[in-house]
Amino acid sequence: MAPFDIATHWGTWAENLSYLGFGFAFGFILERAGFGSSRKLVAQFYLRDMTVLKVMFTAIVVALVLNFWASGLQWLDFSRVFVNPTFLGSGILGGLLLGMGFIIGGFCPGTALVGAGTLKLDGMYFLGGVLLGSFIFGETAPLYWAFLEQSGSLGRFTLADWLHLEPGVVVLLVVLLALAMFIAAEKLEAWAQARAAGSNAPGVQQ
Amino acid sequence: MTMQTESDLQPAPAQPAVAKAERYLNPYAAGAWLGLLLFLTVLATGHGLGASGGLARVLVAVEDIFAAGRVDANPSLAEMAGGPQNPLNNWVVFNVLGALLGGFVSGLLAGRVKLELPRGPHTSPALRSTMAVIGGTLVGFGARMARGCTSGQALSGGAVLAVGSWAFMFAVFAGGYLLAYPVRRLWN
Repeated sequence: MAPFDIATHWGTWAENLSYLGFGFAFGFILERAGFGSSRKLVAQFYLRDMTVLKVMFTAIVVALVLNFWASGLQWLDFSRVFVNPTFLGSGILGGLLLGMGFIIGGFCPGTALVGAGTLKLDGMYFLGGVLLGSFIFGETAPLYWAFLEQSGSLGRFTLADWLHLEPGVVVLLVVLLALAMFIAAEKLEAWAQARAAGSNAPGVQQ
Repeated sequence: MTMQTESDLQPAPAQPAVAKAERYLNPYAAGAWLGLLLFLTVLATGHGLGASGGLARVLVAVEDIFAAGRVDANPSLAEMAGGPQNPLNNWVVFNVLGALLGGFVSGLLAGRVKLELPRGPHTSPALRSTMAVIGGTLVGFGARMARGCTSGQALSGGAVLAVGSWAFMFAVFAGGYLLAYPVRRLWN
């Protein structure tokens, strides 16, 4: 039963090599989506182009439904799948900082790789910043280690555990949430684009 | 459909970002491919995709050359490179290498590999470059604090319903929307 767990069967270097392939597909898809462009990425936050939200939530929903389906058919042993341990304090604070850095710098780490890979200078500078930020974090982490390790530390904790619902119900709720967000995103985009077009029209400006 | 009606009414709106977007893959299609990839990755390895972790490991590998003792004494660095551990012998490092290459090949096929510095219409190259470094620094710091970025935490953790990953993802969007208005001149 899956996960096959390449690292255990064939060793870490086999897993590393497999990730050259997975990573290649990852970068390829991100670039196809337009994520090498900082201006396209940040348009998410000005509501003109909500590709980031659409790609992100479609990917989550597709992977989630496939995971659930494969588990239901007993093809996937979900208990052996890595579930990121929950640390609410550091996760939320780190997320806020990352979101702020995103709108200032124009990328997140994965998209900056694709930006740099297509020779966008801002992607390269951004990656330099990521290294610097990782360095600053590494050097200062011992100062707030207790916060990092203990604040809201809940271990392997899923939305189903939290809401006391069957996993299938949570999968359905996530799908419905995503659909609602897609509809809202389409409407917001149309509204923001119409507004931008209106303010650029010659009659309005002169 | 409403969009088309609007553009009929406004024949030449100055929207370069939007016009360019038509050459990209449909976002829902791209998302479906990404979701399928993530699923296959989980089936094969038992875990998802990542990016920031690979970058941090490259940095720690350099630190480990110059100050191995310092690395070993620091719990946040030692978990990547403590003792004889090679921080580069990890899947996420190869995920990063693969993504650079995959982005390059996709861009090459689409004619998007071009040395340039994209920036807002009112932003100088120097300001854009500075902001890219500052933003990257915040992102690098935040990603280490949150134990992952949009790839390893929000996407991979979100798809296995991790509570912390969902909290992280909403925090990322909140942080972006919070600062979007103050920094709007950078982009618009």
